[in-house]
Amino acid sequence: MERVIFYILAFLIIGLALMSITTKKLYRATMYLLFVLVSISGIYFLMEYNFMGAVQLSVYAGGIMVLFIYAVLLTDQIGKPLRDTSWKRKLLAGIISMGAAALSIYAIVTFQGINKTFEPTVTRVEDIGEKLLSYEPGGFVLPFEVISILLLAAMIGAIVIAKAKKLVNQEKN
Amino acid sequence: MIEGVSLIEILSLTTILFFIGVYGFLTRTNLIAMLMSLELMINAEAINFVAINKYLSPAIMQGQVFSLFIIALAAAETALALAIILHLFRLTDSIDVKDVEELKY
Repeated sequence: MERVIFYILAFLIIGLALMSITTKKLYRATMYLLFVLVSISGIYFLMEYNFMGAVQLSVYAGGIMVLFIYAVLLTDQIGKPLRDTSWKRKLLAGIISMGAAALSIYAIVTFQGINKTFEPTVTRVEDIGEKLLSYEPGGFVLPFEVISILLLAAMIGAIVIAKAKKLVNQEKN
Repeated sequence: MIEGVSLIEILSLTTILFFIGVYGFLTRTNLIAMLMSLELMINAEAINFVAINKYLSPAIMQGQVFSLFIIALAAAETALALAIILHLFRLTDSIDVKDVEELKY
């Protein structure tokens, strides 16, 4: 049963991702990307990592996609078809990415040592919280603090960059 | 881990997703569309972290915690990149890569 659901999700992810990068309308590409992100959260739920699935749904499918949709609407791209690239460039990019993908999959399939099996484990939110605030070896309190400062810096930076022109005009007046 | 699904299948899925992102990044000329291809690649990596952690060493949870950091970084990066794109659109009236030639403020 899990296997069937995994394959349905895998085909959804790959098909919608392909549609998202090949469609000519930017707004449609955004919608396809939204469904890819929702399917990826399904993979997290299948792996019994429910917290990550919820974060994926709320941060990615909720937050980042709203940012994308607003950016598409604010830049007036909704009706315009995207500029097409030359077929030479598409061919070159296709050869590069398909060759690299084939090489990577070959390396994965032939690699020994990933056939170990464990009991399925459920990741609880309590464990994640303890890991994030733990000072012991293996704890993550320093990256946690660094991430919080980075988010603050990104927020201030985004406000300053997006408002830059208006501030300059006010200084001139 | 998922019952009946091996690590090889999950890693193949994320590899295909990652290189779909690479193809999109190489062929798109719109800045927002390129950023969307980047999101595909970041998502593939986050699944990789969780899957390898779940299958090979479920006792230590480093990969699972790091995938959370990846999502936080991706959110910060997207917010900044979209702010830059909006500013560029005000300056040049276009978000195509061929119109974005100057780095001047």
